[in-house]
This record gives sequence, C-alpha cells and structure tokens, in this order.
Amino acid sequence: MGHRKNRRGGNELPPVEAVAGNGLLNRRALLGRGIVFAGAMGTGAAGSLTGAAAEPLKDEPWSLEMGAVTPPLQVPSKFEKNVVRTLSNPNNEFRNSHARTPHHLLNGTITPNSMHFSINHAGVPDIDPDKHKLVIHGMVRQPLEFSLETLSRYPLVTRMAFVECAGNSAPMFSSAPLQVTAGAIHGLVSNSEWSGVRLSTLLDEAGIDPKAKWLVAEGADAHFLDRSVPVKKAYDDALVAIYQNGERLMPGNGYPMRLLLPGYQGNMNVKFLRRIKAIDQPAMSMFETKTYSQILPGGKTWRFHFLQEVKSFITYPSFGHSLKGPGFYTISGVAYSGAGRIARVMVSADGGKSWGEAALQGPVHDKAFTRFVMPWRWDGQPAVLLSRAWDEAGNVQPLRAEFVAARGQTKQPVTNPLVFPNQHYNSITSWGVDSKGEIKHVYA
Amino acid sequence: MSMHKPLAALILALAFSTGTAFAQSPGLGKPILEADIKIWDIAILPDGSNLPAGSGTPAQGAKVYAEKCVACHAEGGKGGGSPGAGPLAGGAPLTNGIETPKTIGNYYAYATTVFDYIRRAMPFNMPRSLPDSEVYALTAYILSLNKLIGENDTMDAKTLPQVKMPNRDNFIIPYPDRI
Repeated sequence: MGHRKNRRGGNELPPVEAVAGNGLLNRRALLGRGIVFAGAMGTGAAGSLTGAAAEPLKDEPWSLEMGAVTPPLQVPSKFEKNVVRTLSNPNNEFRNSHARTPHHLLNGTITPNSMHFSINHAGVPDIDPDKHKLVIHGMVRQPLEFSLETLSRYPLVTRMAFVECAGNSAPMFSSAPLQVTAGAIHGLVSNSEWSGVRLSTLLDEAGIDPKAKWLVAEGADAHFLDRSVPVKKAYDDALVAIYQNGERLMPGNGYPMRLLLPGYQGNMNVKFLRRIKAIDQPAMSMFETKTYSQILPGGKTWRFHFLQEVKSFITYPSFGHSLKGPGFYTISGVAYSGAGRIARVMVSADGGKSWGEAALQGPVHDKAFTRFVMPWRWDGQPAVLLSRAWDEAGNVQPLRAEFVAARGQTKQPVTNPLVFPNQHYNSITSWGVDSKGEIKHVYA
Repeated sequence: MSMHKPLAALILALAFSTGTAFAQSPGLGKPILEADIKIWDIAILPDGSNLPAGSGTPAQGAKVYAEKCVACHAEGGKGGGSPGAGPLAGGAPLTNGIETPKTIGNYYAYATTVFDYIRRAMPFNMPRSLPDSEVYALTAYILSLNKLIGENDTMDAKTLPQVKMPNRDNFIIPYPDRI
C-alpha cells in the first residue's frame, strides 16, 4: 500500500502520478511495490490514508473454544447472508422466474455456482441424469443418442466463458437512471469455468450434411425451449457443457447438460439440452423471433443479433456502497466481450472528461470476464466514476450518448428494474459519488 | 467450417497417439431411428416443414380458448388474466418507441411460430396436452382476432405458412457473417 513508503528505504521509487482528473492514479500504484504518491498524497488532506491509531489487540471468543465440525457441503459464513441473488418472482407466481448475480458484493472473475444468474421460463425441471438423453438428428448420416455417462467419456474441453442474457442491463434503456445496485442492473451475466464436449465432435460423429446451415437446439424443460444456432458457431467453439466450475451443472443452469455458445446471447445456450436437429433454415422460434430480438428507433426490428458486445461496469464502488472518508480506494469492475479478449479498460472519475488506463488482472481469457482495477485517491469532492472497455477485435464500448442515438431509450422513465424495455445494452454505467461518500446511479 | 476443426482433430489424434480409431471421435453415440425420435421432433419451420396433419377454424378455436386459455389470457386475448400472460390480440405500431410491447399482430414474422409455441408450451400448466387439431384451431382463432385471416378460414399444413404477417419484411440481420 502507498503509505509504506519506507519499506524500500525511503523515496527512491518515482512517485505515482495522477493519470486523469479527480484523483485517478497510475495503475503502477497497484503493483504491490513500495510507492510514493505524488503531490499531496502522503500528507495534508490525504492524512486519513493511515487512519486513526489501532487499538491494543485481544483474543476473540471464537479463538478460545473448539469450532464447528467440518460439513460435507460448505456454505458461506452467516455473516455473508446478504450476498444472495435478486429474485424476480419471490412469491412463486405461475410464470417465469429470474435470479440476478449480486456483482456489487463479489470480486474476482468466477461467479460462484450458487450465485450464477438463472432465468427459467417454465420453472427449473427436476431431471434424473440417468434418464436424460440428448439426440442429434435431422440432416445427418446417422441419428445418434447420447447420455450423460457417454458424454463424460469424451475428451472434455475446459474453458472460461461468460453467459449473458440478451436482456441484461435492460434498466439502462430507461430515460432516467434507476437507483438500484450493479447486481440489479447487470446481474443477468455471470462467468464460469465450463467443461464439456465439443459440439463439432458430436456433429462429425453423426455425419452432418454440409447443406445443413442451422441447428435447432431444444431443452427438456416444460417449454421445450428451442433456439436456432448457426452450424458455423457449432464448429467455432460450441460445447455441450456438463461441468460448471468443476462440479456438475446447477439445476438452474441446465443440469445435466447445456449448450455453451461462448459470447452468444444467453438464451441460445440452451439448458437441459435434449435435442439438436440439423436443418437448412432457422426455425423462427418464439424466443428468437420475438423475445430476444429488438425494436430500433424508427420501428425497424433486429433478429439474430447473437453477439453479446464488448461491455464493462464498475462493481466497486457502486450504488449501495458508501465511501468512509477521503483517501485511497481501488475502483474495481468486470469487462467482457463476445467477440474475444478484453484489450483495454479506461476509467474516468470526472464523468468522462478525462480517462486513465486501468490494470487488467490476468490471465485475460477469450469471451470471459476480466477484472479491471484502478487506484484512486478520493479528495472528498463529488466524482462520477465510469469504465469503458475495448476488445481485441477493436470493438469499443459505446458512450451513452452514442448508444442512445443508435438504439434509443424509453419515452418515460422506467421504475421497475425487472422489466425489459429492450435488449442488448452494452453502453457505459456511471456512478455518482457525493461529498458524503454516498453513491447514486447517474447518466454521464 | 472454421480453422479450429482440423486443429482439434490433430490434438485429439495426438492425445490418443497409440490408436488410429479415435482420430475423429470416440464414437459412443448410440444409433437411433428417426421414427423413434418423432415424438420429440416438434419444431415447425417457417416454410411449414414438419407441420402435422389436422386442421382448425377460428370458431373451433374460440371454444378451445374458452375452456383452456381464457383464465390467463382473458376474454378476446386481451391478456392480463395472469401475471406474464401477454395479450394475444392487437399491438401498437412499432414506431411508438423501442419499448413497444411485441405482439403476434405487430411483431411475429411467421404464423408457424404461433402454432409451434402453442403446441410446445401451452397451456402453461399442461404443455404438450393439446391435440394438433386444437392447436390449429387456436392458431386460427388468434390470427383471426388479429384480423390476419378471415373468420371462416381454415388453418392446416398448407394454409398456415401462407399467412402473411405484417412485420415479416421489417427485420434486419445485424451480423450476417455469423450465419
């Protein structure tokens, strides 16, 4: 940390300079070496860096008695009971149900399985893995049936991938910012390490007809939810995933097997996968021609958007947090792109007037979360925090004004963060910090 | 096909360097007859491929609707009888704004989608319980409520794909190179 200026023997290291307005510091400040902050950092207004003197230590009761027995399945500490998903249907009404990942309370890049987002249009089916079957048929030489047991014998591919609902961040289409957490706004994206069989291996085994351009992928839920997937994607990087972060899939994430189409809209990653049919045209299923497509300003409509485009958002500090006085903070967030790896994230603390480059916590994976961090010296004055990401393909996260000009916003402010005014929002999120350290969602 | 495929095959071949039988795949899929998949083969394509035998009219559909649909979707397909049960008739012009609710009348590109979704997912509490003739009849009733077919038109495997939906030619494909 910055105040340990004597660890390496005084001021021999160059001071870390501000890289952008309102106290953003060079990311070198996070390298973990002894550093010196330039200007007034070590003294004066920033004297709170070292805080009040610590109290004398004592032993706490939990250190003075035998603890609890080790359980077979461990759960988080009771002190973490508020770190849970946000529900859209807590009273079990007879309709769909969503659970959103609490990004503002998490860190790192892996979403714990218990907190992976989940959307179920017809409930979560209770599938017996020994009876579940996956068939591949249609324009193939030989229709084939697979079980979880047979798929588990194939060479598995393990990779990181985010899965994001096309409707994630939909509250951002509101003409006025909703005062809700980053999890409530952006909680329909999560990131896991998935293990599965390459779909191309299975299609080759069935002998897919070169004239087949599409696959209908269908689930075993009570909607038999189906989506059309280009064969092109199947041969690029699609998996039939059977493990999620090292354990079998969660029921709400597709147990016992799901399609994984890295970077493509979540609903196409069909859960409870039971059938793949090779065909020569898209099926135009309800979820692809209606729900997960969108209206553009002027009334034209978009279909087969597929790609979850480059995006980032700050998870700390964000709505629901408060800053405990001026001094050093680490701004932190996630960035991802359906078109490849994250190349760069820039952060602003002055509402976008000036930007500094954030540090990326590696390794940076293809079509997966990358956490970015940015050292910040808050001077106690109002600040507006933004992040903006670039991917390796050169795509850049659009500024809000650009995005709204192209994609529109609602006529009236949205008041319910659970509704979906439109799809595929990937513009910038801004958090306004006031002089008390309270944080509001703002548009910058 | 992508460049990953030969690479994947090569890696697989190297991984099983002692055998040649696994050059493409372990080959653990169990052969199954298309006839034995038939009961699962429910996706209807927009050109009408895979539509089953049977037929129905709006009048027949109105009777089925009164019995099995009205509790959630309300009289005349107005919607709102149950949370999440959207309207089945009407719809504002899409020029009203990006948040305009998408309906069968203002948005769906193909009438086959209506048939497919009713048959696979409705009624919400008893999916796959409707005989095909009732699915045709309900589809006819809903299309008639939206004035997309006449009150006496019959829907079957021939007539359903021919229904012209108003929004069909309004779609843009943002990433054609990904198809």
